Amino acid sequence: MASEQSSAPQNGQSGEIETHVVIVGAGPVALFAVFELGLVDIECHLIDILDKPGGQCAELYPEKPIYDIPGLPVVSGQELTDRLMEQIEPFGPTFHFNQRVDQLERLKDGRFRLITDTGQAFVAKVVVIAAGGGSFTPKRPPLQGIEAFEGQSVFYSVRRIEDFRDRNIVIAGGGDSALDWTHALAPVAASLGLVHRRDKFRASPDSVNRMLKSVEAGDMEFVLGQVTGLQGEGGKLRSLTIRDNNGEETERPCDCLLPFFGLTMKLGPVADWGLNLHENLIPVDTEKFETSEKAIFAIGDINTYPGKLKLILSGFHEAALMAQQAHAYVHPGEKLLFQYTTSSSSLQKKLGVK
Amino acid sequence: MPKITYIEHNGTEHVVDAEVGMTVMEAAIKNKVPGIEAECGGACSCATCHVYVTDSWRKTTGEPEEMEEDMLDFAFDVRESSRLSCQIRVTDELDGLVVHVPEKQF
Ligand SMILES: Cc1cc2nc3c(=O)[nH]c(=O)nc-3n(C[C@H](O)[C@H](O)[C@H](O)COP(=O)(O)OP(=O)(O)OC[C@H]3O[C@@H](n4cnc5c(N)ncnc54)[C@H](O)[C@@H]3O)c2cc1C
Ligand code: FES
Repeated sequence: MASEQSSAPQNGQSGEIETHVVIVGAGPVALFAVFELGLVDIECHLIDILDKPGGQCAELYPEKPIYDIPGLPVVSGQELTDRLMEQIEPFGPTFHFNQRVDQLERLKDGRFRLITDTGQAFVAKVVVIAAGGGSFTPKRPPLQGIEAFEGQSVFYSVRRIEDFRDRNIVIAGGGDSALDWTHALAPVAASLGLVHRRDKFRASPDSVNRMLKSVEAGDMEFVLGQVTGLQGEGGKLRSLTIRDNNGEETERPCDCLLPFFGLTMKLGPVADWGLNLHENLIPVDTEKFETSEKAIFAIGDINTYPGKLKLILSGFHEAALMAQQAHAYVHPGEKLLFQYTTSSSSLQKKLGVK
Repeated sequence: MPKITYIEHNGTEHVVDAEVGMTVMEAAIKNKVPGIEAECGGACSCATCHVYVTDSWRKTTGEPEEMEEDMLDFAFDVRESSRLSCQIRVTDELDGLVVHVPEKQF
């Protein structure tokens, strides 16, 4: 953490969001943290690079069963996410999706400022890092020299469709993202090809039909095969090598490649916040799950301590203990009573059941 | 115990004893065979346990099921002999199986 940054008023401060706690990530552990924080009257904003809550459970294994959530003999990744969302509903957390937290700094008054890749700023008394295995990041095909083309000719996402006008585009992949972008980019591209290894797609029938219609209408081309090489210089792509399923290679002119091969987790910006790291994990104490920086906590898969198990249930426990200390920072001087949700009328009021 | 041979892209061979019932991925991870990453731990959710089954073994290992075939879309340099090794269960019939590890997992 770059501590003691200037707290002078900044441009665009009006758009800044002030809150008690910002949670980095919206995985299962972050979601349960909202519950535990809510019980002690703490309000949260959550930021995740994904377009939905649930972290690994929702992105990597929504339909697969989990067998070790106490009290739920079997629950799928998506169902657990949905249940958690239902459980935290009374606390009205605010979610900010499709944004990555890039910067975290301590202000002079002891609070924190966080800034995302879209420029949104947050000011909070407490930061909870529930970043799991890191930020979900598009997979980079292991093509020789691909890094040199990134940003100019190779893109993993589309922010502005206009940037793709009149380009000779190839989209690689056969999932929903690949197909959706063929649809969005066909009208502006000079030429558009979809390269996929088979004529089956792991996508909704609607988007498949739409793509096939565009091919029929001559708005784009479907190429059966895989991209195996890139040609060009100075970051500018000239052509791709495409291998068909008989092993024959052909060159296809192309100045813009969009590979969509799913997401993988990369630690990402968390590494730049000046926190102690141990093998890409954040060491914490096991009383409060606080990091080397006061009032910055780390819970769930991202933290480490003796005996740590990367399980959802461990993260839930960590969230509960973290909330006690967070309360001391957010509501200093207020005494915290230990209460059960079963019997405390004040907790039940917060949960909206009384 | 069935023996499985993993051949790295550079030709290095690793012969390991695999227990019946574990997967070809698990046998590789347990024996630290380089090039098999298995990020998702065998849930058929990552495609980083990709291998090529040698032709003579393809009948015995069988063909990928739909879920695996879908996941192979997220692998690199997929061929007809491609399989996700976490989806191949070790049986006595697989004693002597030879698989090739791709140059790179994604
Ligand atoms: C296939 C599979 C099966 C599993 N089965 C089980 C099981 O049976 N039982 C079990 O207990 N566990 C299981 N796990 C592990 C479990 O999913 C994790 O322990 C759990 O998801 C961790 O939750 P988390 O909230 O800490 O992090 P995650 O779920 O990893 O979520 C972290 C979120 O933070 C976001 N993020 C990170 N950095 C940033 C940033 N800078 N800006 C914005 N967003 C950011 C990420 O995009 C991500 O969405 C399994 C995992 C996998 C992959
Ligand atoms: S280990 Fe992830 S798909 Fe096989």
